[in-house]
Amino acid sequence: MGEKVLMKGNEAVAEAAIRAGCRLYFAYPITPQSELIEYMAKMMPKVDGTFVQAESELAAINMVYGAAGCGKRVMTSSSSPGISLKQEGISYIAGANLPAVIVNVQRGGPGLGDIQPAQGDYFQATKGGGHGDYRVITLAPSSVQEFADMASLAFDLADKYRNPVYILSDGLLGQMMEPVEFKDAKTEKDFEELDKQHFAWCMHSNQDEPNHHHHEINSLEIDPKVLEKHVEKLGEKYNEIEKNEKRWEEYNINEENQMVCVSFGTASRVVKSAIDTLQEAGISVGLIRPITVWPYPSEAIQKALNDKVKKVMVFELNLGQMVEDVKIAVNGKLPVEFFGKVGGIVFTPEEVQEKIKENL
Amino acid sequence: MKTELICSGFGGQGALTIGKFLAKAAMKEGKHVSWLPSYGPEMRGGTANVSTVISEKPIAAPIVSFPDILVALNQPSIDKFGPKIKKGGLLIANKDMCPKGLNREDIEIIYAPMNQIAQEIGDAKVLNMVAIGIVIGKKRLVKYDTLEEDLKDFLKQKNPDLLQANLKAIQKGIEIGEQN
Repeated sequence: MGEKVLMKGNEAVAEAAIRAGCRLYFAYPITPQSELIEYMAKMMPKVDGTFVQAESELAAINMVYGAAGCGKRVMTSSSSPGISLKQEGISYIAGANLPAVIVNVQRGGPGLGDIQPAQGDYFQATKGGGHGDYRVITLAPSSVQEFADMASLAFDLADKYRNPVYILSDGLLGQMMEPVEFKDAKTEKDFEELDKQHFAWCMHSNQDEPNHHHHEINSLEIDPKVLEKHVEKLGEKYNEIEKNEKRWEEYNINEENQMVCVSFGTASRVVKSAIDTLQEAGISVGLIRPITVWPYPSEAIQKALNDKVKKVMVFELNLGQMVEDVKIAVNGKLPVEFFGKVGGIVFTPEEVQEKIKENL
Repeated sequence: MKTELICSGFGGQGALTIGKFLAKAAMKEGKHVSWLPSYGPEMRGGTANVSTVISEKPIAAPIVSFPDILVALNQPSIDKFGPKIKKGGLLIANKDMCPKGLNREDIEIIYAPMNQIAQEIGDAKVLNMVAIGIVIGKKRLVKYDTLEEDLKDFLKQKNPDLLQANLKAIQKGIEIGEQN
């Protein structure tokens, strides 16, 4: 770890990705994530990496598909409307069992929406977005430091499961500056180790040599019997991810809680402020902040529901997309209420406090 | 101890930079900081503004709805955020571009002719540094030395004349802040 620097989330995640071994980055600009692509344009040549501003989001995600197939750490990024355009490619990458990191700096939607922070892509990220049976591991940061730290986590998870990974951020985290400390950059030796791991399955150039082993990167299986096996295997992988990779933060969770709130990303920071103020007034409210929104940390919510808790409240910057997952976790034991803001508006700590008080 | 600021002005007056230098200096002094700019489409003649939080403890919400300190470089900034300053809070306003000012009895107000001071120093660009100086002189939010060191790193090679003008502007601001 080095010294602290003051940086925007968009730049911090780009720097952290390079340090994590990302040497290929393909994207198309869009507000509010453009500082990310700008940073990559500036820095990639300095580390002998490849930066391409593609002609479209579609082109960019398919460049990612190709590079991932060659066993290299590759990333793309965009904001909501651009992420929609990438969905076909993400489905192909998932179908072909390839690792890739996709950063979504969410803005208001649907359609072109606006450029202010929002969390309206929760369904898209956690429930599919493209076609077919697939899942994308989805990490939701709530600070610039965590946004940066998630770059290496995302690449490691992508490699471990050979699966695409989203970092589901938003315009506020992208534009905000906070102090950030970076991990050490990958060394030559780390790169050799990564190449060795990837060699077991990726495309490489010696396939015509006598001791070649034939690798295919493909998402087309025309024989239903073969595709059946393939998709069942994907399913086993998703079960494995659900078993191993759930992550969350507990904030002020204790025996005195009268209510448990659930909130992720930017929204959770506002909820924390409200919880602090309420605590000073003697009202005990806890927060579960999912760090992975898929796989979803249901057990953490279940465990937080002690005898004094009368209600669960979900706070999001959308119309309540995460409420379904919370309800599955709560399983009818307690009422689940929701408060949200849309259109790129972020609720204030005062508004959240009021909502909590109304529901106590 | 937590201080929430809004710095606001016309695009180009350097309001966002005020928040940035204060946040950076506070970070170097071991505080938790956040800097959140307005990045939406702003009307020409409107306000470019930034929420800055400086705190001993980790910062939860980085959005400032009710500032302890408002630095207003123009009248629209006062009109927009003046009524939201916390009771007992502080308004630092650029007298040269805030003809109406703010009519509130329950806060402290410092009017300083920042454009004029900057011109006297010899560079109109440093008016925002006068504002930083007033914040330091009045509230001791960060140390002058930390800021000077940071500015030196940033400007010594690139533009030594501008560095001197910046430092002078901060010092002048500190004087004003201490007198008020």
